Amino acid sequence: MPSLIGVLIFFLIPFGIVVYYSMINNPVMHEFVGIENYTKLFQTVAFKRAATNTATFSLISVPLAVILSLWLAVLLERNIPGKSIFRTFFLSPLMVPTASVVLVWQVLFHTHGTLNQIIEMFGGNSVDWMKSSHGQIIIIVMFLWKNMGYNMILFMSALAGIPRDIIEVAKLEGASGWYQFIHIKLRYLSPTILFVFILSLINSFKIFREVYLLTGDYPYDKMYMLQHFMNNTFNSLDYQKLSAAAVLFSLVMIVIIAILLTIENIFGKDVE
Amino acid sequence: MTLKKKEHLLNIIITVFACIAAIMFLMPTVLTLANSFMTSSEISANYGAMLENMTDDKKTFISENVNLKFLPDKVTFDQYKNVLLKNPDYLLKFWNSVILTVPITLFQMLLAILTSYGFSRYPNKFKSIVFFAYIILMIMPYQVTIVPNYLVLDELGMIDTADPEKSWAIALKIQELLSATTRSRLAIILPAVFSPFSIFLLTKVMRRIPVSYVEAAKLDGASELQILTKIYTPLCKGAIVSITMLVFIDYWNMVEQPLVLMKDSYLHPLSVFLSQISTGDIGLAFAVGVVYMVPTILMFLYGEDHLIEGITYSGGIKG
Repeated sequence: MPSLIGVLIFFLIPFGIVVYYSMINNPVMHEFVGIENYTKLFQTVAFKRAATNTATFSLISVPLAVILSLWLAVLLERNIPGKSIFRTFFLSPLMVPTASVVLVWQVLFHTHGTLNQIIEMFGGNSVDWMKSSHGQIIIIVMFLWKNMGYNMILFMSALAGIPRDIIEVAKLEGASGWYQFIHIKLRYLSPTILFVFILSLINSFKIFREVYLLTGDYPYDKMYMLQHFMNNTFNSLDYQKLSAAAVLFSLVMIVIIAILLTIENIFGKDVE
Repeated sequence: MTLKKKEHLLNIIITVFACIAAIMFLMPTVLTLANSFMTSSEISANYGAMLENMTDDKKTFISENVNLKFLPDKVTFDQYKNVLLKNPDYLLKFWNSVILTVPITLFQMLLAILTSYGFSRYPNKFKSIVFFAYIILMIMPYQVTIVPNYLVLDELGMIDTADPEKSWAIALKIQELLSATTRSRLAIILPAVFSPFSIFLLTKVMRRIPVSYVEAAKLDGASELQILTKIYTPLCKGAIVSITMLVFIDYWNMVEQPLVLMKDSYLHPLSVFLSQISTGDIGLAFAVGVVYMVPTILMFLYGEDHLIEGITYSGGIKG
């Protein structure tokens, strides 16, 4: 197990140190202070903002990514020409480096940019995308653009894996297309839905890349993500705060995953 | 008959819709490509207003609006000439990206093949616990893992110059042996090599290989190494290709790691540098973007079928 050593050195053992760091007052004194670092963290405005923004972003974008890509997959399941070409097109953003196309996004969402011109053409009011609460919309769009293709492929293969005879029986018994979808297909898809959900969640924390490329170190309030906070805290070398944030974040993740797995267990049983 | 017609109509509507969606998905990429063939004066005419916003100096700009153009007035390769021949800076950053991403991908895959073989061929209680730990680790956001990463790398003297008074002997030894550049690159490469993502996917694929294959090979006198190289690796070829692509693009895209772990911005990869592209160079930015996407697009065109197959395998976290 060569990789175990590496994982131990770089991830597991240091994580123990991180937990320890999160509970001492400073690296020189090594005094145990319990949860003081955590309370301090919660009093930090930047952290609160970063956590709220990240949470809102994930809450909106992850379900959207799951639903929209499932919808695309269902559409492409039909008998339409050029299926595989569409699949290629939808998947292509995955392989395009974000940094390459970031300028196009900037042009699209600029105050005098393309999108605002279109809005004005139809008589609407232009929106300052980058510097208002609409900023979240930009990153949600970018997130969906990048991740939907991958999710769609997962759903397509799962849809193809549903036993044909069950659908046939349902059809014979006069079940409508909608009924078939809700009561049969969704049941079979539940493990995939869980997986796509988790995957999208993981990816939603990587949105910092897009935000950073668009706006740099200190973006508008609404786009200030957790990773910005981490980066800026690294620059000020505040290990205690960082460690507390990391521990807290990992606990939140564990709770979310545990909840998801429980839900999946409840639904998964019905299928078998 | 009417039902069939209805079905047919619905298919047409869906096809049209899918076309529109596909265009939306392709647009950013195509636009970048199209704009890369414009002359720099055309670019500043169209995107001048954006520069104004980005810099503080009071430049007069041509038009108030930013015009997104689909087709250049005049196709030139000036941007590319500038990027490739006149500005060694971009090539240097490109090289930075290569020298970080290629070793990460190669070593991560090598480790993944060995480890996944261990996980799938000899499962036991201990290994299933370790595998579960890997999954948890994989799910952890980068914001969590970077803190422990940073602490270890700092102890090893790979982030700043080690202080001879306080540092461990190993940090000083490393400093003696490796140049500052190598150390900072290793700071990115080392943790990334041990990323559990590829192991997770590959183990799941390898678990599907029937035991009977291995037993047959053993009867024929095959050694462990032969089983790995002659049976497991060829059977997983599609998955290996696709995971390699996913790992490559992930690190080709990296932004967080260099920002935190590399103090010297001279060594930053192109992905970070592109965001800091100075306003005067905006005429080049599109071409740089295109150059940067060439490797990944080539991979995509070459390995698309493998990629789709690999993604398909990855479905289901418990499977």
